[in-house]
Amino acid sequence: MNDNNVKIEVKRLHFYYSCGTQALEDISLSVHKNTVTALIGPSGCGKTTFLRCFNRMHDLYPGNRYEGEIWIDKKNILEKDIDHIGLRSKIGMVFQKPTPFPMSIFENIAFGLKLMGIKKKTEIADRVEKALKDAALWEEIGDKLGNFALSLSGGQQQRLCIARAIAVEPEVILMDEPCSALDPIATAKIEDLISELTKRYTVVIVTHNMQQAARVSEYTGFFMMGKLIEFDTTQKIFTAPSNKMTEDYITGRFG
Amino acid sequence: MTIRLKKNPVDIIFSSITAIASVSVLLLILGILYVLILESYPSIEKFGFLRFITSTDWNPVKGSFGAATNLFGTAITTVLSILIAVPVAIGIAIFVTEIAPNFLKGPIGAAIELLAAIPSIIYGMWGLFTLAPIMANYIEPALQKSIGSLPLVGVLFEGTPMGIDLLTASVILSIMIIPFTASISRDAFNLTPAVIKESAYALGATKREVVKDIVIPYSKVGVFGGVVLSLGRALGETMAVAFVLGNNHQITKSLFDAAATITVTLANEFTEADTDIYLSSLFYLALLLFVMSFIILALAKFFILKTEKGIKQ
Repeated sequence: MNDNNVKIEVKRLHFYYSCGTQALEDISLSVHKNTVTALIGPSGCGKTTFLRCFNRMHDLYPGNRYEGEIWIDKKNILEKDIDHIGLRSKIGMVFQKPTPFPMSIFENIAFGLKLMGIKKKTEIADRVEKALKDAALWEEIGDKLGNFALSLSGGQQQRLCIARAIAVEPEVILMDEPCSALDPIATAKIEDLISELTKRYTVVIVTHNMQQAARVSEYTGFFMMGKLIEFDTTQKIFTAPSNKMTEDYITGRFG
Repeated sequence: MTIRLKKNPVDIIFSSITAIASVSVLLLILGILYVLILESYPSIEKFGFLRFITSTDWNPVKGSFGAATNLFGTAITTVLSILIAVPVAIGIAIFVTEIAPNFLKGPIGAAIELLAAIPSIIYGMWGLFTLAPIMANYIEPALQKSIGSLPLVGVLFEGTPMGIDLLTASVILSIMIIPFTASISRDAFNLTPAVIKESAYALGATKREVVKDIVIPYSKVGVFGGVVLSLGRALGETMAVAFVLGNNHQITKSLFDAAATITVTLANEFTEADTDIYLSSLFYLALLLFVMSFIILALAKFFILKTEKGIKQ
């Protein structure tokens, strides 16, 4: 492995929820630059918990505890003095269900830009347009930016959320089952978009859908009971997994 | 398998009892409205509607009555108390829902609910013996010295600070309605879906930005409903105000003057009402209060319902 290509390096990560349950146990893996890394596994295996470590989302709720290290570009983001706000503006996130804010389409995307401190209206307008084009939404909704974001269809809302995430030009985009609430056509559009995104971003995606993992990702991690059972190139995981449990899961024998 | 065609008699009795209980509430409201109209009819006939609500004359000796002074007192104390209470209550609600650490949320919530549980007459006594002297000796002179010398608004702070006046009554009222406004605002804030807040945090928003740009826009209609509901409570509050407002049937310029609200007039004067038209006019006042409260409550319900619907969609 060429170290220059590594964007995120996770070393011996443990995670405990405030109630005391250990949700992640001794996870180590590397996420490569400009690739899609898929996290798969049965419900409750810890893949979403793992994803939410990268932008310190767990810190919103008191009592949650990390152990270990997550290095993003030579910075251990699990250090105590890390600036959560700064971190989160570099790590975008797309959620399971579309989460448009109760405002117009334009304002939804401008929201993050304003948080960054951009005040110039022309710059905001340019970047909103660019984000919508990058998210393949401009042709569909470019002429109704003033409409309420909730008036869009589910698939459009989710692409709007992706546009909102990429408008602030993060380095990594986290996706938590972004297609689970969408129909196959909307899903296909988002998958195309994800492949497109890797030109500029590093993507980590949690998915329940193994075909999706196989279609969009270069690397795949298989989680079970809070442990990373196997991590390898997607091709290897889906054709010649080295672990019996991975093979059973991939072939649908359980989970 | 047997299919039961008839309802079990116990079921029928059970549903009948619940239905009767519910319908009786409706009948009670209509009954009260009927009595109010019936009793106030002589006064309605004599003074009419517009004349009654615009006349400042309240003269039991001459038998001439108008509601304007009472409406004035009610309007000023209600509006002023809302102006004081709403910012404080929203601040409390934001703190409790978004900012306070978990171990503080419970105690603060309980304290607010306890504040709501104190009987209003105790607020009145406290107002008369504690708050009124503080207002008269410290706060009102200070207000007079500072804002009192400004043009236009200065007129609001003229006269001798006595502590028994519109301002003190409004402060007491505001303390009484803070718990309602705060707990309704808190409930409205809590309706903001966690995942929407997380999305904002994920973009690098701070707590303040999430509250300002996400939580408040999401719940503003509900909070507004809470404010209107508090308005209704302030409108009908009697005992707390009766102690510290004086009973002065005048429309005054200064907040340092005694005044009368509809409720205070009713509480003070029913025992003195020695003529039929006097008694009837008091009922007329009560009818006005009933209708105003009813409209305000309906508005509040409308707004709260609208928020809940909006969030479900």
